[in-house]
Amino acid sequence: MASSKASRLGEETRMDKVNAELVVLTYGAMVAQLCKDFDSDYVKVNQQLDKMGYNIGLRLIEDYLAKSNTFKRCSNFRETAEMIAKVGFKIFLNITPTITNWTSDGKQFSLVFDENPFADFVELPDDGRAQDELWYSNILCGVLRGALEMVQMQVEAKFVSDVLRGNDTTEMRISLIRYIDDELPPEDD
Amino acid sequence: MSYYFAIIGTQDNPLFEYEFGTSKQGGDGQSRFTEQAHHLNQFVLHSSLDIVEEVQWMNGQLYMKVIDKFFTNYISCFMTGGNVKFLLLHQPPQTEEAIKNFFNEVYENYVKAIMSPFYKVNMEVRSPVFRQRVAAAGRKYL
Repeated sequence: MASSKASRLGEETRMDKVNAELVVLTYGAMVAQLCKDFDSDYVKVNQQLDKMGYNIGLRLIEDYLAKSNTFKRCSNFRETAEMIAKVGFKIFLNITPTITNWTSDGKQFSLVFDENPFADFVELPDDGRAQDELWYSNILCGVLRGALEMVQMQVEAKFVSDVLRGNDTTEMRISLIRYIDDELPPEDD
Repeated sequence: MSYYFAIIGTQDNPLFEYEFGTSKQGGDGQSRFTEQAHHLNQFVLHSSLDIVEEVQWMNGQLYMKVIDKFFTNYISCFMTGGNVKFLLLHQPPQTEEAIKNFFNEVYENYVKAIMSPFYKVNMEVRSPVFRQRVAAAGRKYL
């Protein structure tokens, strides 16, 4: 029930679109430049992408809430997952990743990307390390982390497999760490 | 019959090479060049680059058909819009159509290969996927 509602919301929300190749090439150029700047230290590249994504996420959530008209708070983390996959990804990237692999406590799930608009044409550098170290689309993890933080959820998001590395699927693991309670400002005295 | 295919960059620098044999008429797709021919092929192929420059403005086509021959070795050429040359060394009994199809398929895959953000212009094409696709195109048409 909630799931079909989320899909409808994702379908109905109209967003301006840009050419997919523009996105692919821009993002690709950025990752390639980061690899160059960090001298192919892919761990640092991953961190940097995550940080960039985080800064995007912090602001993107506002756009998401405004455009999708979903001001009602999600009642549980499962609903949040639905909204991320079927509304968030749908309106911003026009894809709908599959939600699977819930843990029994309902605090961790995986998003499986059947298609990844960032990764068209991409082949990781063949230096023998990129295949094991670089998470090419790591910016998405940061986006989710940043966006959810703004709606009082602290999560950890990371990729666990990527077709670019030769895995069968592209999978991102998202774990809820805690709901952030409203914190009172420190006392003056 | 054996083929030698090479991609030559804009600075006349080699980007990619691949040797294969025919898969038509029961061929097994293995090249049958002799030990010496390997080096000779490279030489023959590159020596035709001057002719490419002569014929490239003759007709507005990317595919320039057979442009040069050295005894029984014929060179067919296909030039991309970005001035990258695809050269195929082959022996006479070969239809232009088959080679054209081969070039077109390679071209399509070449464009995909160089769209990868980690590829830089005039860099050697090392993608194993591309190599497989060239092999597949060779099997299909030649």
